Amino acid sequence: MTGSLNLIGLGLSAIGPGVAIGLIFAALIGGIARQPEAAGTLFGRAILGFVLAEALFIITLAIAFVLK
Amino acid sequence: MSLTATIAAATIKAGDEFHAPSAGIFDLPSIADSGITKSMVLVTFSAVLILGFMIASSRKASVVPGRLQFAGEMVYGFVRNTIAREAIGSEKFMKFVPFLFSLFLFIIVNNYYGIIPLVQLPSFGRIGYIVPLAALAWLVFIGAGIKKHGFFGFLKHATVPHGVPSWILVLLVPLEFLSNIIVRPFTLTLRLFGNMFAGHLLLALFAGGGAFLLQDGNIVHGGVGILAFVMGIAVSFLELIVMFLQAYVFTLLAAMYIGEAIADEH
Repeated sequence: MTGSLNLIGLGLSAIGPGVAIGLIFAALIGGIARQPEAAGTLFGRAILGFVLAEALFIITLAIAFVLK
Repeated sequence: MSLTATIAAATIKAGDEFHAPSAGIFDLPSIADSGITKSMVLVTFSAVLILGFMIASSRKASVVPGRLQFAGEMVYGFVRNTIAREAIGSEKFMKFVPFLFSLFLFIIVNNYYGIIPLVQLPSFGRIGYIVPLAALAWLVFIGAGIKKHGFFGFLKHATVPHGVPSWILVLLVPLEFLSNIIVRPFTLTLRLFGNMFAGHLLLALFAGGGAFLLQDGNIVHGGVGILAFVMGIAVSFLELIVMFLQAYVFTLLAAMYIGEAIADEH
């Protein structure tokens, strides 16, 4: 069996952001359910958090392809 | 589940092996040896397309908007109200709206190239096209900050947080400098690039794997191949969201950096 260990690291690095994004959107849905009129503001903030969490994985993705 | 099945089925075969698509799918040969690639043509065409759309939608502007004018105004209103005004604040945002609006349109058109039939190549899957955009965003927010606070004033504004004991500042200032000034253009670039690159690769994997399995001759493999195509269609819809979201996020972050840079001292 051949392959790159990089991809295992890539899979591992997806765990953290995956959990984080789930928590962020769970909190968003909870927030909107409590206060539907604040949906617009909450969505912007949630997207910001989502982006920061996702960045971790994206950086790993780039590195996994760069480092051979 | 179907993904694992696809990969398992693809690796069973001994003879002509399945080669998963790699980063090489972005290296298209230049058109007629002229050094011009498909991505270059697409990026140029996107500028023409946006220019044409904006001219057409604003040329016969009237108080009661026509269909085209309404579409143009909707996009403009979205960028101005939900991105620029929210992130920069209602006093000074108008100065930056043209920049953010062009940024948003340029990115979203180039992203959607990835799923338009027959085009199907996101030009931002090549990192070189994104670097100038991120550099531009970096220059704009640094420039706006320096114009507002002066050079050293901006450095202090961006790197020295308030209400922190001075002995922690020794640790905090280099970190803030790194995260607020150095790293930002890199994450902007990598985020857009990574999403477009990975999305295109994923679509190519499902389409290529599905086609390979269908041509395999084995009826079970053929069934899995159809499943792969169905997954590919599902991923296309996901990409539809991701492509919009990345354009939105790039513009939003650029706007937030500007808003932070020109914020008043507390």
